[in-house]
Amino acid sequence: MHPASFGYQAPGSLQEAFALLQEHGEDAKVLAGGHSLLPAMKLRLTQPEVLVDLRRIPGLDGIRVDNDTLVIGALTTHTEVGTSEDVRRLLPGLADTASVIGDLQVRNRGTMGGSVAHADPAADLPVTLTALDASFVLASAAGERIVTADDFFVDFFTTAVEPDEILTAIRIPLPSTPARTSYAKLPHPASGYVVVSAAAALTVDEAGACTGARVVLGGVAGTPHRATGAEAALTGQALTPEVMAAAAEQAADGIDPHADSYADEDYKRHMTVVYTRRAIEAAAARG
Amino acid sequence: MEHSALPINVTVNGKAQAAEVEPRLLLVHFLRENLGLTGTHVGCDTSQCGACTVHVNGLAVKSCTMLAVQADGAEITTIEGMADGPVLHPVQTAFQEQHGLQCGYCTPGMVMTAAHLLETNPDPDDDAIKHALEGNLCRCTGYVNIVKAIRWAAEQMRGQHASS
Ligand SMILES: Cc1cc2nc3c(=O)[nH]c(=O)nc-3n(C[C@H](O)[C@H](O)[C@H](O)COP(=O)(O)OP(=O)(O)OC[C@H]3O[C@@H](n4cnc5c(N)ncnc54)[C@H](O)[C@@H]3O)c2cc1C
Ligand code: FES
Ligand code: FES
Repeated sequence: MHPASFGYQAPGSLQEAFALLQEHGEDAKVLAGGHSLLPAMKLRLTQPEVLVDLRRIPGLDGIRVDNDTLVIGALTTHTEVGTSEDVRRLLPGLADTASVIGDLQVRNRGTMGGSVAHADPAADLPVTLTALDASFVLASAAGERIVTADDFFVDFFTTAVEPDEILTAIRIPLPSTPARTSYAKLPHPASGYVVVSAAAALTVDEAGACTGARVVLGGVAGTPHRATGAEAALTGQALTPEVMAAAAEQAADGIDPHADSYADEDYKRHMTVVYTRRAIEAAAARG
Repeated sequence: MEHSALPINVTVNGKAQAAEVEPRLLLVHFLRENLGLTGTHVGCDTSQCGACTVHVNGLAVKSCTMLAVQADGAEITTIEGMADGPVLHPVQTAFQEQHGLQCGYCTPGMVMTAAHLLETNPDPDDDAIKHALEGNLCRCTGYVNIVKAIRWAAEQMRGQHASS
C-alpha cells in the first residue's frame, strides 16, 4: 500500500521550513514521526502535495528544565518522554502516559508535537497535558505565540495551529509545590487507543488536604474534557477513599460520550467514573 | 503528479547503500525490493502487526510506517544482519530452542523487537516482555513460547556477559 505521490523536503532550519509552508500553503503538511500522517496517507484519507519533514531542524527535540518550566521539544518521541528521568521524577503521570501509547515501535517514532497537533480525541497526551496546564509554542515567519491547552485543542482533529505555523515546544509549569500526577487509561482491546481515560494533577498540603485539583477526561468528547465537578469535590478536602470515590462519581456529569461499536454511552459513562477514581487514587498515593 | 527521485545514503547491516528513491517509497519496500532483503515481512501494512520491524539507529520501528527518505543517514539492521556469519543471534537461537514459532511469518519482527528489548532491559519479567510485544502479532503460537524464548535468550545473554 503506497501513499499517493508527493514531494518531500527536509529543511535544515525553521526559517526554511516557514518559507516552504508559505510557498505551498494548504498543499503542504509537516511531517514529524509520521505515525498518524503516513497511515492516513496510505489510506488516502489525506493527500498532501508536499511533506515538510522537521527531522533535520536543530533544537526541536529534547527535554529540559528551565527554572519553573519543563520544556519538551515537539520532536521528542514518546519513548524519550516515557524513559526520561526528569519526567519520571517531576511528572510521573506524564511518563506513565507516554509509556502506554500504542506499542514499543510506535513510541520509538511518534512525537509529542505530532500527537497534540493531530488531536485525535482517542489520543493520550492531550488529556494529560491539559491536566498539567501545558502551553504550546507556535512559531511562524511572523514570530512566536504561546497558546494554553484550553485554546489549543479546538475540536476533533482540530487545533489552534495555523497552516503556516510549526509547533516547536510544549511547556509545562512546575509549581513550587509539585502536583501529584497520574494517568489511568482503558485502552481499546484492538487498536490500543483510548476508550476512556483520566489524568489527575493534585496539590496536597502538609495536613493532607487537597489545595488544587485538575482532573481531565479523554475519549468522552472531541477535546480533552475538564471534570470540573470532580475537581470541586476534591478541593479543600482530605483525600480519604470516600472523598475520592464521591469526586469520581461527579466526573460523568455533563459528558455526552459518543457510542461506537465497542463501547456504548452507558458503558463509557460507567468507565469514566471507574478510571477517574483510579487516576485520583493513584495521584493521591504519589505523595 | 510524479515527483522526482531523491538520493539517500543508508547503512544496512553494516554495508553502505546509496540509492535514488521516490519520496513515497516505504522503508520496508526499499529493503525488500531495492535491496532484496526479504526477511523483513509485510503482515498488515497498517502499522499493527510488527512483522516489518527493523532497527533504525538502534531502535525497533515498523518499516511499513516510515519513508525510505526519512531513513537518509541512518544505520539500519534487518533480520539478515542479526546472525554473526553462521552463528545465530541468541534471540534467534532461543526461538529455535524454545519453539517460539510455528509458521514463522511474524518471527523476524518478533526477533527484532525482542533484541531491542533486551538491549534496554537485560532481565525483563514476563509482564515487561508482554508489554514490549504489544506491537507484534502472532496468529499461530498463542505467544506462550515466544515469551519463554525471550526469557531464555535473556538468560543466555546475561550468562555470556558474565563470563566474558
Ligand atoms: C499502531 C499505532 C497505534 C497508536 N496508538 C496510539 C495510542 O494508543 N494513543 C495515542 O495517543 N496515539 C497512538 N498512536 C498515534 C501516535 O501517538 C502518533 O505518534 C501521534 O499521533 C502522531 O505523532 P507523529 O510524530 O507520528 O506525527 P505525524 O504523523 O508526523 O503528524 C501528525 C499530524 O500532526 C502534524 N504535525 C506533526 N508535528 C507537527 C509540528 N511540530 N507542528 C505542526 N504540525 C505538526 C502533521 O502535519 C500531521 O497532520 C498510534 C499510532 C499507531 C501507528
Ligand atoms: S506490516 Fe508493518 S506493522 Fe504490519
Ligand atoms: S508463527 Fe505464524 S504468525 Fe507467528
